[in-house]
Amino acid sequence: MSSPQNQHPNVPESIGHSSSEGGTPRHLEKEFVRFRPLERALHATMVVSFLSLAATGMTLKFSYTPWARALSHVLGGFQTAGYIHRFAAVCMFGVFVTHLVSLKNLRKRKYPSWTNMILGPNSMLPTLKDGREFVATMKWFLGKGPRPKYSRWTYWEKFDYFAVFWGIFIIGSTGLTLWFPILFTRILPGWFINLATIIHSDEALLATGFIFTVHFFNTHLRPEKFPMDTVVFTGQMPLAELKRDKPMEYENLLHSGELKEKLAEPHPEVVVKMIRAFAWCALAAGFSIVLGIIYAMIFAYR
Amino acid sequence: MLLAFVVLLTSAPALAKHASDSSDTCLACHGDKGMTTKRGGKTVSLHVDGKKFGGSVHGAVGCTGCHADLEGKDIPHPKPARVVCGSCHSSEQDLYAKSLHGKAVARGDQLAPRCVSCHGNHDILPVKDKRSAVAPLSIPFVCGKCHQEGTAVAKSRDIPQHDILANYTESIHGEAVLKKGLTVAATCASCHTAHSILPHTDPNSSIARRNIAATCTKCHGQIESVHRKIIRGELWEKEANVLPACVDCHQPHKVRKAFYDMGMANADCMRCHANPNLKAHDGRSMLVNENEVAGSRHNKIACSQCHSEVNASKNRPCETITKKVDCSKCHEAVGEDYGRSIHGTLTAKNDPVAPGCRECHGTHGILGKADPRSPTFATNVPALCSKCHSEGKKAALRYTGAQHNIINNYTESIHGKGLLESGLTVTATCTGCHTAHRILPAKDPNSTVNEKNIPATCGRCHNGIQEQFVNSVHSPTVTHTDKELPVCSTCHTAHTIKRTDETGFQLGIMNTCGRCHGEIAKSYFETYHGKVSRLGYTNAAKCFDCHGSHDIARIADPRSHLSREHVVQTCQKCHANATRRFAGYLTHATHHDPKKYPILFYAFWGMTGLLVGTFIIGGVHTLLWLPRAFEMRRELKKAEAEEEAALLAEAEAADASGKEKEQ
Repeated sequence: MSSPQNQHPNVPESIGHSSSEGGTPRHLEKEFVRFRPLERALHATMVVSFLSLAATGMTLKFSYTPWARALSHVLGGFQTAGYIHRFAAVCMFGVFVTHLVSLKNLRKRKYPSWTNMILGPNSMLPTLKDGREFVATMKWFLGKGPRPKYSRWTYWEKFDYFAVFWGIFIIGSTGLTLWFPILFTRILPGWFINLATIIHSDEALLATGFIFTVHFFNTHLRPEKFPMDTVVFTGQMPLAELKRDKPMEYENLLHSGELKEKLAEPHPEVVVKMIRAFAWCALAAGFSIVLGIIYAMIFAYR
Repeated sequence: MLLAFVVLLTSAPALAKHASDSSDTCLACHGDKGMTTKRGGKTVSLHVDGKKFGGSVHGAVGCTGCHADLEGKDIPHPKPARVVCGSCHSSEQDLYAKSLHGKAVARGDQLAPRCVSCHGNHDILPVKDKRSAVAPLSIPFVCGKCHQEGTAVAKSRDIPQHDILANYTESIHGEAVLKKGLTVAATCASCHTAHSILPHTDPNSSIARRNIAATCTKCHGQIESVHRKIIRGELWEKEANVLPACVDCHQPHKVRKAFYDMGMANADCMRCHANPNLKAHDGRSMLVNENEVAGSRHNKIACSQCHSEVNASKNRPCETITKKVDCSKCHEAVGEDYGRSIHGTLTAKNDPVAPGCRECHGTHGILGKADPRSPTFATNVPALCSKCHSEGKKAALRYTGAQHNIINNYTESIHGKGLLESGLTVTATCTGCHTAHRILPAKDPNSTVNEKNIPATCGRCHNGIQEQFVNSVHSPTVTHTDKELPVCSTCHTAHTIKRTDETGFQLGIMNTCGRCHGEIAKSYFETYHGKVSRLGYTNAAKCFDCHGSHDIARIADPRSHLSREHVVQTCQKCHANATRRFAGYLTHATHHDPKKYPILFYAFWGMTGLLVGTFIIGGVHTLLWLPRAFEMRRELKKAEAEEEAALLAEAEAADASGKEKEQ
C-alpha cells in the first residue's frame, strides 16, 4: 500500500507509464466518512444475525424441500439450528437496543432537543421533501427530469430503515411468542401460537426476500456502484462519489464548512479487501437463500 | 375245545353202562402188559392201562365208543381202523382239517401231527387237569416235541422262526409259564390256537398281520391305553396293515419286557442298511447311519415303527413296504394340521416342490425343536424356511403376493435381530406367526396371518398391546365401518418390523398414519411439530405422542389422550408447564381452510398481500431505476476515462520535459 505512494515522485524510467501510475494519486485523496464505527459494527452484526436467522428459519419453513433438510443437517440438526436462531435473535435485539441508545447519545451530542433532531435535515423520518424527491425520482426514471439532488438520507433508505423497525416489532414479538408459548398462553388463547407462526414466518419471508433483492440492489449492487458499495462496512466513500450521489448533502457540508471534519485517510487495502470478502459472503448467502425460497415456493410447494 | 368236552360229558351217562361192559371185555386181553403184536417187523405193545383209561375223559365211552369198527367182532379181531375223533369232536376236526397240520396229514406228510400226537390216546385228560398233555404248562413241550432245533420237523420243514422253544422259554411268556407256573400266561396255543394253526401268511391265521392285534389283546386288553401316546388305539385294528403290528416291536417268541428300543428288528434292518454301497434302484444310497439314529429323538423307536409294513418273516423284511413313512400315524394332531396347511394341500396334489415332514425335520437324525442342533430350533428356523422362501428359491418364485425379500427383511427386523443377534429364542420366528404346521396363505381366513387374525397372532406374545388394541378406535369391535381398519402389520409391517424407538420408524409413522388419514397428516406437516419432524427431529410430537399408539380413541371418548380430561396432561409430556389455554394450540391447523380456521386464513392472505404488494412496489422501483443507473455508470466510466487520458497526457508531457532537460 505504502510503496507506490512512496515511489511516486521519482518513478524509475524502466517502469514506464502504466495506467496504475495514473490512478495512484486518487488513493492519496482523503475519503468522506459517512458512518461511525458503531454504526458499521451494528450493521455487520445485523448482517450476520439476520443471515443466521434467515438460514435457520427457512430450513423450518421449507422443511419439505431437500435443501432445507440438508442445510438443517449441516447446521447441526434441527435442535442446534434452533439454538442458533434464538442466539441470533438475541443479537438482533441487542443491535436494535444499541441503536436506540446511540440515537439518544447522538441527540445529546448534536441536537438540543428530540424535536430538533427529528425535524432537522438529517432526520430519518419521512418528510415532505421525501415526497417531492420521490415524485422527482419517478420523473427522472421516466426520463422527464434530472436526477434529484438527494441529501443525506434518500426516501428508499428511510424505507429500508423503518422496515427494520417494523420487522423487529412484528417478527420479534411473534418470535418471542413462539419461543415462550406457555408464558404467552397464560394470557393469549392457544390458537394465537398458530397465528404467530403464520405472521412470523410470512413476515420473515418478506424481510429476507426484500433485503436480499431490493435492498441489495438499491444500496450495494447499483450498476454505477458495481461491483459493490461497501460504505456501510468501511464507513468511508470517495468525496467524488458523495458529490455525485448525494449532491445536496455535499453542498450543505461544503457551505457549512463541516466537510473538512468529515474527511479521513483511506483504509489500508488489506482491510478493504477483507471487508469486501465479508460483504461478498453475505451477499452470496443472501442470494442463496433467495434461490432456495424461489425453489421452495415455485417448484416444491405443497 | 372246552365246549366239546362239556357236550361229551353230558351225553356220557347214557352210554356208560354199555361202555363199561364192552371195556371189561376188551381189557380182559388188553389189560395184560405183555400183550404184543408184530407190525412191519416191529414188536408193538397192545397193552391198555385199564385204570388210566377208566380215569380218562373217555372212560365212560368205552373202547368201542372210539373203536366202533370192533363192535361185536370176535376175538381175535382184525387190526382196528384209525380212530376218527371228529365223529364226536366235529368242530375241532373241521378246524384241524383246515389247519396247517391237518392239510399236511391230508397230503400224507408223515411228520404231521394227528389228534393223538398232542392229546395222547387212552389216557386223555381234561385240559384243565394239570396232568393233561395239553395243560398250559405242558403245551410248550407238546409243541416243542417237533418245533425245536434238531427235530425232523425243524430240519426238513420251512419254518421262518428259529429256536422257537428256546426263545419262548426265555421270553416273558415262557418265563411265566415254565418258571413261574402261571397258567394264564400265553403258551403256543394261546397265539397260534390249538386246532386252527395256520401260517402267518394266511389271512385267517390268528398270527396274520391284521389279526395279531386281536390275538394279543385277548390277554392284553388295555394295551391300547399304554400305547396311546404312540398310536391312536382304534387304528391298530382298522389300519393294521399300515401301523406297526405288535410283533414288529415285540418279536414273536422273543417277547421281553424291555428290549424293543434296539430290538432285533433294527439289527435285522442294519444287516443290509449298514452297507455304504447299498443303493436304491434310482441310485440313492440306502445307507442308514446307526449313530445318527441313536443320537436322534427317535432313538427309542425301532426302524419298523416308522417303516411299517415290514414283514419280519421275509428274507428282506422291507420288500413288503409299499408306502412312504407316514409320521402322522404317531403325530396325529400335527399330521391333521399339516394336511390342512398350504404345504399339506400341495403335497396332497403331488406337488413336487411342497415340503413334507422330512424337508423340515430331517429323517433318521431327527431332533426335537428344543435341541439347538435341530433345524427346527428357533434360531435355525429362518434359515430353514429360507431354503424355499428366500428370493429366487422355489417357493418365492411361485409367490405372487406383496411380500418380498422376506428372509433378508426378517433378519434386519426387530424379531430377526432379537433371534439371530441376541439369540433370544422366544422371539417370533417364521413359525411364531405362521405356525409350524398350519401355514396358510394370508388371504385364507383361517390363516394366522390373515388380517382378521393378526391381532390375535401378535397378541400371543404382545398380549398387553392386544388388550389395548381391541378397545381402540382401530378395532372392529369398536368401530363398525366398511372401510379397512388397520391391524398390527398395517403400521408395523410384516417382515420389516422395526424397533418403535428407532428414528426411522418414529419419523415414518406420519406417512403410515397418513395412508388413511391423508388430510390430517398433511395439516400436521403445516404445523411446527410436523415441520420439525420432517427435519429429522424425533423429540417433536408425532401422531402417537398425542393420540397414543395402540389405545387410540376418538377425541370425544373420555379415554382418549386428547379428551378434555387428558389433553393438558398429554401436552405436559413434553411441555412441562402446559396449561389448558396452551393446549388450545391447533395441532392440525391449516391456513387453507377459511371455514374452519378463518383467522389463520385471513392472516395468511393478509401477510401474503403485504408481501406481494411490497415486492411489486420495490420491484417496479428497481426496474425503473435500472436504465438510469446504467446511464450513470456509462457517464462515470466516460469521465474516468477522460480523467485517465488527461493524467496520461500530463505524465507524458512531464516525461518529455524531463528528457529535454537531460538533453
